[in-house]
Amino acid sequence: MLPRVSATVAIPKPDLQQVFDNLRGSRLRLIGPTVVDGAIALGEIERTEQLPIGWSDEQQPGRYRAKHGAEKTYFAFNVGPHSWRRFLHPPRLTLFSAKANGKMTIEHDGEEPPRYAFIGVRACDLQAIAVQDRVLMNGSYRDPQYVARRSNAFILAVNCTKASSTCFCTSMQSGPRVTGAFDLAATELPDVFVLDVGSEAGSQVLEGTSWAPANAFDVGRATEAVQKAERQITREVRTDHLGSLLFEHLESPLWKEVSGRCLGCGNCTMVCPTCFCTTVVDTIDLSGRSERIRVWDSCYTTDFSHVHGGNIRPSLRARYRQWVTHKFAAWREQFGVSGCVGCGRCITWCPVGIDITEVLKAFRSTGVK
Amino acid sequence: MTSTALETVPATLRDPMLPRAAVIDAIKQETHDVGTFTLRLDEEPEPYAFRPGQFNMLYLPGFGEAAISISSDAEERDTIKHSIRFVGTVTMGLSRLRAGTEIGIRGPYGTAWPIEQARGRDLVLVGGGIGLAPLRPVIHHVLRHRDDFRKVTLLYGARSPGDLLYAESFEAWKQAGIDVHVTVDRSEDSWKGVVGVVPLLFYRIRIEPKETVIFTCGPEVMMHFVAYEALARRVPKESVWLSLERNMKCAIGVCGHCQYGPLFVCRDGPVISFARMEPYFNREEY
Amino acid sequence: MNQARPKVAVYKFSSCDGCQLAILCLEDELLTLAEKVDIANFLEARSRVVDGPYDITFVEGSITTEEERERIQRIRENSKYLVAIGACAVSGGIQALRNWIHVDAFVQAIYATPEHIHTLATSTPIADHVHVDLELSGCPVNKRQLLTVIASLLRGRIPDVPPYAVCIDCKLNGTPCVMVAQDVVCLGPLTRTGCDALCPSFGRGCYGCFGPSDMSKPETLAEHLKGRRTATPEIIRRLRGINGWSPKFRAATEKLEKTTP
Repeated sequence: MLPRVSATVAIPKPDLQQVFDNLRGSRLRLIGPTVVDGAIALGEIERTEQLPIGWSDEQQPGRYRAKHGAEKTYFAFNVGPHSWRRFLHPPRLTLFSAKANGKMTIEHDGEEPPRYAFIGVRACDLQAIAVQDRVLMNGSYRDPQYVARRSNAFILAVNCTKASSTCFCTSMQSGPRVTGAFDLAATELPDVFVLDVGSEAGSQVLEGTSWAPANAFDVGRATEAVQKAERQITREVRTDHLGSLLFEHLESPLWKEVSGRCLGCGNCTMVCPTCFCTTVVDTIDLSGRSERIRVWDSCYTTDFSHVHGGNIRPSLRARYRQWVTHKFAAWREQFGVSGCVGCGRCITWCPVGIDITEVLKAFRSTGVK
Repeated sequence: MTSTALETVPATLRDPMLPRAAVIDAIKQETHDVGTFTLRLDEEPEPYAFRPGQFNMLYLPGFGEAAISISSDAEERDTIKHSIRFVGTVTMGLSRLRAGTEIGIRGPYGTAWPIEQARGRDLVLVGGGIGLAPLRPVIHHVLRHRDDFRKVTLLYGARSPGDLLYAESFEAWKQAGIDVHVTVDRSEDSWKGVVGVVPLLFYRIRIEPKETVIFTCGPEVMMHFVAYEALARRVPKESVWLSLERNMKCAIGVCGHCQYGPLFVCRDGPVISFARMEPYFNREEY
Repeated sequence: MNQARPKVAVYKFSSCDGCQLAILCLEDELLTLAEKVDIANFLEARSRVVDGPYDITFVEGSITTEEERERIQRIRENSKYLVAIGACAVSGGIQALRNWIHVDAFVQAIYATPEHIHTLATSTPIADHVHVDLELSGCPVNKRQLLTVIASLLRGRIPDVPPYAVCIDCKLNGTPCVMVAQDVVCLGPLTRTGCDALCPSFGRGCYGCFGPSDMSKPETLAEHLKGRRTATPEIIRRLRGINGWSPKFRAATEKLEKTTP
């Protein structure tokens, strides 16, 4: 027998391997957190031992440290350098290849997009996926690769039981508790995972585990664990009228001040889980074959706004303003949601530690609102 | 196993980034750096139709794609025309092609000139340089349906007499009932016409503000002053329409390059009313 | 470009030959390349020399002698499209360290018979002497970039080289930032990509061998590194490592020197 959808159950922690096996048995590739080069990144995994068991992280503006401890925790860390868009909207994707010698021949690779199971999607990142759904799947044009990858993806979400200093999901109403669409949502306790079953598929992967309905004690402990994370969150963004505040201050001297500290490297946009900008690189090889390769792009590059006759945004001030006003102002008009989910990656992974929450505070204190 | 959280979608969505083939029928050199390409498309996968003001993505393998406005008659279905200025990687590549060559094309994309709004009223078209190209389908439309409009005026200018686009057609347009005013920024000895920037041509015409609709395309600074002159004559902001240019990679609103404030120029533009654009228009480096 | 096989030449100036070796390292493509172009003058690879003019000329190395200063003029006149390859040719290379010191004193101190040494006081990039059509940086150049340039020119396309910073490629590759996660000093945010972010993928910081990116802000990074207790002389040493004479790194290091007690 399997639990019904929307049930809350508990499984012993080692039973997670059975869930992995079931997912792999359904021909899904498992992507989850794993320690890579000193950081808890996302990679292909098969066994629970590949998870960052015993690992945690410390995050500050411009600083990330993965730390190993004695406790056998599976998910005692926050979001790392990667986000799920790596897999749903890959950094490099060949669109097609072409040959031209008078006549044009187009070869379109009809390869089946990979089918993924995402292990350990945090609340902020689940919200980020929902944001990208609106951009790439629910508009007038749908990105076929995104649609295919997204529709087939199994999501095992995880509630955060700790927060980093750079987290501000509470301000952006995205976490730390998982809401929205998932197949399973786990809260890790010392002995068990408490699981919310979000779909039929989520229920089916519990086949063969020794799941049991969660008792009141487990549910209480799980709630308390997430509340603890929430209490640890210190960074804050006031979102009321934020869009109009920024649009009213397009000419503010603050842009120059902040961009003076900015390196223009584009890292904030590349680690952002909602950024969706891409360019297309046209390659040529010696045989005359060309490929069109879609590549993540950043509004911080000078090529980004190039038109004939020059660059629309030659100064870093203008490019910095473009990113911030897009995330926090234009996005809402374009897609009906905020472009920021409060994951804090842009703060942690900025080499010089520019803190977006401080920048927005500065605008708030100069503005009248 | 599928996740029930989401609807099931068809496995084969046509990739909107895939071009279809078009044959170059003819190339006409217009000025030293502009050529008009006549393209013929197959009926497959569907017959091609566009509205004045829209653009296509033209693809040259190994070079890339460029967004080019359509400059032909929308009621002429056999072929489409693009007046292309040879300035970038792709357009320089196109400039070396000969008739008979196949290129790729995606489109049409973007918004169209609101011709309906101008019906029964005065229409003023204001173009600068290559900016006349996206206005040309409107001129074609006016020539076919002249009686649908009251006064029709074209204000057009370019850097020098040699840069004037479609100059050989001006006389025919006048004959057909369009009031044509032309200016150049820099004169040459043989030039007998007006010298000065395009917005100054507003001082040569009379405008009935409530009954006038203005379509303009050209450099942003020119359109800024066109809007200024129009508003000074009490033409409502809603009656002034701009055609904008931004970097475009996808033309379908998903690559992010053409953002202008909250707008994606490829999807919400290129044709957009000054009323909508005003809060963001002509902001420094925005 | 000729309809016949375009003639390609490769010349060496003051350099270590590493960039020429990058061409030879094109192993898999070398045969195809030899079919598509006539490798007309490449002494490192073959002794046969076909006279110019050449369609594409690659120049490795910097200008450090009077003889080189004259030779590059003749090469320019004999070349349709001249590509400077490598950090030496693009910015003067590591040997441009001499530009900040007195060369004569070193010559006297090092060589037994200093009178046989004929050298200029400076090491300067090719573009300081002749018009250069394209610069490919790196120590050594990236062989993929070389190939792309040739393939593009064969098709009549002016090649474009990405101007942005190494960071973008680290992120595309999924390499966690070594500076943020491991406290490694990395010049990636200042440095033009083209190497596919090689060094950080092996856990070491970028040492800037492709020179400054188009928006490089060395002074801003220097300020930050000082705050992280990297000593100013160390910052200067790193910025001057390979592309120190490039205008941006040069200006930044000279300013840093002035402000160091």
